[in-house]
Amino acid sequence: MNQDWLMGLIGGGIIGTAAAIFLLINGKVMGASGLTGGLVDRSGIDTWKERVSWLAGLIIFPAILTVIYGIKPTNITTNIPLIIVAGLLVGVGTRLANGCTSGHGVCGISRLSLRGIASTVFYIGAGGVTMIIFKHILGII
Amino acid sequence: MRNIAAFIVGSLFGAGLLISGMTDTEKVQGWLDIFGDWDPTLAFVMGGAIIPMAIAWRFTQGRIPALGGQFPTQPDPSIGRKLIIGSVMFGAGWGLVGLCPGPALASISFGGIGGFVFLLAMLAGMFIAPPIREKLDRI
Repeated sequence: MNQDWLMGLIGGGIIGTAAAIFLLINGKVMGASGLTGGLVDRSGIDTWKERVSWLAGLIIFPAILTVIYGIKPTNITTNIPLIIVAGLLVGVGTRLANGCTSGHGVCGISRLSLRGIASTVFYIGAGGVTMIIFKHILGII
Repeated sequence: MRNIAAFIVGSLFGAGLLISGMTDTEKVQGWLDIFGDWDPTLAFVMGGAIIPMAIAWRFTQGRIPALGGQFPTQPDPSIGRKLIIGSVMFGAGWGLVGLCPGPALASISFGGIGGFVFLLAMLAGMFIAPPIREKLDRI
């Protein structure tokens, strides 16, 4: 438990390095919702090979790591209706905002983008308010 | 070459998410839960990720990407209602379950039925987003 911050810092450094490589080599912003959403709504179909390759790495490599080192539980709720609502909100929201934690958070804040900073303030704020309402007041989560 | 680089980048991103604990919904919800047992891990993850990226952005000045093309230009800095509404929706969904798009994808092989349903719902949300975006543009 005490080492969580250190693992966070190391893992974060790897995430930032991945985003830095994508920027310097491929010339693209590594945003998870943008790379995925562009395939779903076909707006990024011209670069589908690059997007699918990135997705393949993101899905396959963690699978290999969990086979070798064991599964790290996601501790996701068993409330399926809640999961569906949350998934829809994340899908629609990230596409309207044009970014998520990786695009606006990591890539946006690091270039001091006003939109990235504003988005991050709003989604963390909304997440915090959601916790207050749904956990502490309603007791649903 | 672009695709090999993209595969390696995706793999690194997935490893980073796993190591940092961001595929654990309790850690993410713990960060958002300022009135509960607050978990600061996410701040370290964000900080750790922003440092190499800030260096990379500096490096782009006056250069081009290694595989050609152009670096992304600084987007229009205006903060419109799509950015605000979208970010609030995203944050609400993120708080409810504790997953954002990157970890939802990275954990699909071990996230069980719940993780799978979340990913399907998220992809469905991305699919229905363009008409909603057009509606917001017309208001």
